Amino acid sequence: MNPSGPIPTTDLPAEKVLLRRLRAGEEAAFEEMVRTYGGRLLAVARRLLPNDADAQDAVQDGLISACNAIDTFAETSRLGTWLHAIVVRSSLMRLRSLRRRSAERSIEEMLPRFKEDGHRIDPGLAWSSPGESAAEQNETRALVRKCIDQLPENYRVVLMLRDIEGLDTAATAGVLGLNDNAVKTRLHRARQALRELMNPYFAGGAV
Amino acid sequence: MTCRDLIDFLSDYVDGTLSVDQSKGFAEHLAACRSCRDYLDSYRKTIALEKEAFLPADEPAADRVPADLIKAVLATRRKTPHN
Repeated sequence: MNPSGPIPTTDLPAEKVLLRRLRAGEEAAFEEMVRTYGGRLLAVARRLLPNDADAQDAVQDGLISACNAIDTFAETSRLGTWLHAIVVRSSLMRLRSLRRRSAERSIEEMLPRFKEDGHRIDPGLAWSSPGESAAEQNETRALVRKCIDQLPENYRVVLMLRDIEGLDTAATAGVLGLNDNAVKTRLHRARQALRELMNPYFAGGAV
Repeated sequence: MTCRDLIDFLSDYVDGTLSVDQSKGFAEHLAACRSCRDYLDSYRKTIALEKEAFLPADEPAADRVPADLIKAVLATRRKTPHN
């Protein structure tokens, strides 16, 4: 289970009571749902969208859809899981409507290159492990996020949904309207490109 | 198997979805190729570092929902006709 993926929920009996109240249209129940799940849903949207304002808008759109569609929730998953899927979709819709500020680099430029005999052109040095102090860990996290942000959007989104949100291949394919092989290919290329972006900072004890 | 062949299927190897024959070919190449062992190590570290970059500790707690977000959702809900 991805620690940053699933939305923490109330215990099941409390969730059932909340659902009954939501279906009865109780105003306080809708507020409780927003307060209980909103923070984690905002974290999900922030991972996918470029800024906080867009993330809040996506969560707002998602929660409103959820409020209006509460009678369609079939309880085949936990409420938090259902809300997570709705907010992932609303975040991706918002992402599609945004124009990226700068021109994206092609993923091809970011992949490792090979000689005709199949060896890598520039194998470089082995990676060291990043520093372990709190300050070094914070610096590493900021650096990794900056590198992820440089990935072309179609690849960044697959990386985020699979590796960070913990969706499996089939679920990711469903959300993005792709087939499973396309998701697998994009994920591998995204990971390779990210590795190349991070290489100057970690190879040979550079950090 | 060349280094390129191995790297092309590295995601499947790391995710444990290679066939038995493919896994055997991978193991043989890795045993003989230091460059690919280093690449595999850096690829695994890349995935681990991605996940660490988005740990829940870095993100708002469940009860930290901006007040204006709560208001906006409830206000829009009240305006929308529903059963």
